[in-house]
Amino acid sequence: MSDTLEKVQAIVVEHLGVENDKVTEPASFIEDLGADSLDTVELVMAFEEEFGIEIPDDAAESIQTVGDAVNFINSNKSS
Amino acid sequence: MFDLNGKKALVTGASGGIGQEIAKALSNFGAEICISGRNEEKLTSLKDSLDSQCHIIRCDLSKEDDVINLVKEAEDHMGVIDILINNAGITKDNIFLRMSDEEWDQVFKTNLFSTFKILKLVTKGMVKRRYGRIVNISSVVGVTGGAGQANYASSKAGIIAMTKSLSQEFATRNITLNCIAPGFIETNMTSDLDEKRKETILNSIPANRFGLPEDLSSAIIFLVSEESSYITGQTIHINGGLYMN
Repeated sequence: MSDTLEKVQAIVVEHLGVENDKVTEPASFIEDLGADSLDTVELVMAFEEEFGIEIPDDAAESIQTVGDAVNFINSNKSS
Repeated sequence: MFDLNGKKALVTGASGGIGQEIAKALSNFGAEICISGRNEEKLTSLKDSLDSQCHIIRCDLSKEDDVINLVKEAEDHMGVIDILINNAGITKDNIFLRMSDEEWDQVFKTNLFSTFKILKLVTKGMVKRRYGRIVNISSVVGVTGGAGQANYASSKAGIIAMTKSLSQEFATRNITLNCIAPGFIETNMTSDLDEKRKETILNSIPANRFGLPEDLSSAIIFLVSEESSYITGQTIHINGGLYMN
């Protein structure tokens, strides 16, 4: 499970250029980590690729924080 | 400047008069291209006339599956799509009081809704790669309106507003979107007009001639070039002076 968080953190650090210790579960992509709306779309695409899952648009819109992403991925990835 | 070598382009409506010239121009400047349309014969003869790499994808834009397949095939052929020319469009002219729901719907489906679907699919890749040059073909009547063309004119006005909106959303990713608004261009689409109507139109064109598809090429190349990265959300009118912005 913490493996998911680590992978998510790596993706966020790479995309948003923030420091790893800022990418905590309660951190909001837009409010806390400086993402703009296109960044959030790109992050979701990166999560889809990394974890081999599809994240439909309505689910993507509800992923506001790092924790939301981790929870969604954990509930939906195959292994 | 304007070297498109290494660039990959997708042109819709390439069996039409304007689409063919756009494909030729992109090819002449070095781009690898995918051409799509409904008339495979015309697409094949277009491909045969070109020097650079060219792939044909048959597509009926009013069918959603065709649209999804179009983008997928284009990306399979070329790897990426750097340049997208949304040129496909139809008319179903009628005086308004006789215009059927179907005539209204079909024009919007092909001209606006399919553009929406293609743009969604293509901009995804462009956002990832942080590069894109998109030109949407509108029309002079999208700005001036046109009697007997309420559906066509409305859809072309929609293209302009969509272009402006998207240009704002995607500007930070080095993706530009601009429109060309052709005036009266000699192609199959305009050849059906009766002589009297043609004469009336000709009298209101300062250049005193109808446009040719080639008249649009230079602006297209200009807009899709790398160097035009600071030009976005604009509409370039190419109409011999018929309308002045």
